[in-house]
Amino acid sequence: MKILVCISNVPDTTTKVKFKEDSTLFDDSGVQWIINPWDELALTRALELKEDAGNSVDEVSVIHVGGAQTDATLRKALAIGADKAFRIDACAADAYYVAGQIAAYLKENPFDIVFSGIESSDYNGSSVGAMIAEFMDYSGVSSVTSVNLDGDDVILYRAIPGGKQKIKAELPLVAVVQKGIAKEPRIPAMRGIMMARKKPLEVIAATEMEMLTRSVKFELPKAKGACKMIDAGHVEQLVELLKNEAKVL
Amino acid sequence: MSVIAFAKNWNGKFKNSTFELVSYTRNLASQLNTQLIVVSIGEVKEEELKSLGKYGAERIISVNDPQMNTLTSRVYAQVISKLAEIEGADTIVMSDNESGKAIAPRISVKMKAGMASAVLELPVSMNPFVVKKGVFSGKAFEHVQIDSPVKVITIAKNCFGFIENQVDVSIEEFSPNLDAALFKIQVLEEEKQTNKVNLADADIVVSAGRGMRSPDNWGVVEELADALGAATACSRPVSDEGWRGHEEHVGQTGKVIAPNLYFAAGISGAIQHVAGISRSKCIVAINTDPEAPIFGVADYGIVGDVMEVLPKLTEAVRNSK
Repeated sequence: MKILVCISNVPDTTTKVKFKEDSTLFDDSGVQWIINPWDELALTRALELKEDAGNSVDEVSVIHVGGAQTDATLRKALAIGADKAFRIDACAADAYYVAGQIAAYLKENPFDIVFSGIESSDYNGSSVGAMIAEFMDYSGVSSVTSVNLDGDDVILYRAIPGGKQKIKAELPLVAVVQKGIAKEPRIPAMRGIMMARKKPLEVIAATEMEMLTRSVKFELPKAKGACKMIDAGHVEQLVELLKNEAKVL
Repeated sequence: MSVIAFAKNWNGKFKNSTFELVSYTRNLASQLNTQLIVVSIGEVKEEELKSLGKYGAERIISVNDPQMNTLTSRVYAQVISKLAEIEGADTIVMSDNESGKAIAPRISVKMKAGMASAVLELPVSMNPFVVKKGVFSGKAFEHVQIDSPVKVITIAKNCFGFIENQVDVSIEEFSPNLDAALFKIQVLEEEKQTNKVNLADADIVVSAGRGMRSPDNWGVVEELADALGAATACSRPVSDEGWRGHEEHVGQTGKVIAPNLYFAAGISGAIQHVAGISRSKCIVAINTDPEAPIFGVADYGIVGDVMEVLPKLTEAVRNSK
């Protein structure tokens, strides 16, 4: 069985977001790049499934759409333990484009399970995984918090409002995963970093695709007014303000 | 041309987010000078469907099929796309929740329709079609232009509110002929906590962080939540330590929420936490450290120990009722 994990390259979550060129472009000067946190958890879970001798997972690879500057992120994925990395050489314009590129690769190189993080922490589209499923005509399960293999079936838990559902799905499958899928992301060890240098990072030419959306401009949120302080000895004043001033009680 | 709104039900019932969706799309259809069609999938009683008339749903198409009571994104996407083709709909809208996130991207691919998710208000412009959405987990906004003839958007919670606009409702039944092979996923069990307020839907959220010092101290958080009819939540370190379940983690990598009122108790206010709560209408911070960054984003603040302040607050809330 082969598992493919989709990787997005995003600014570190502590980044202070800035824009340039009249607020039409993200200003990436001084930005540290990381593997999108959910994708990192997905990769960790995929590796755990491979290491469990009861499963027959023989390959965990990662795929990414981006330029050469994102190779460091893919090397990190290899250092964490992925067997191979594939980079589709194109600018990740929007979710439709990214999903279309990954699907084009998958059609030629099938995998049994595709993992995708629930969203990327930059453009928050939450759609690449489900779009890949549709391009491929695969089943898909979203909001996944747990994945286990049972022979050729996959047993997943899906979060629903106020609870969860246990689901049995057939292969091939796209699982869109969120927090809970793995306890915490794996940190690359020195040995992993050394080995990653020798692992294959294959660069693939992009497929021609029509663009359906474009980014017009960005805005930063307006600064918030001052915080009104209430004395800890008079909390009833807070309740009063929430009722009559903020009108939220 | 018409607008399709997909009204998701939960065990045959609609929620506030459905009423907000109908209000939003009613307004959008009027601005586009076109018809609104509300689509419901799975078993929903006529009376419940008619409740959408209060928000302007004149025409409802109901796929009243028990086979479709559980979300199978592939099937739902097929049904909605089919209806969109029959009706010549060019704008498809749904709520940005677990079902919208699963279905909308599939419709986008099926119909070659550009998509924007978690849209925050009515379109900034209709022609070209430009919408505003949150990016960088609430740290910024982006204006996205959709150039394709068919457009798919999901709308963020509390982006529009609900507006009453009572109309007479016509209900049509629709039976799509679906291939049984599409139903490849099977729900084996379902677990639900019925006694708790669901975090994603909650109007009020009481959230606590490491300032609580120990998981054994959560009683005061739960009591305040109980007095307010609120959901409980927590910061990332708390869920990472296993003090609370990860389903309670609010922040950039956990849940992003937009309640009317958010209490941050013993939470310092790291940038990743703020990203998950910045769309809350009103934020109250309680922290021993007057320099804590959370006060920079809060509307109201109390400097004090959460273990003393929270019980007093619970009492004040109970007394005010």
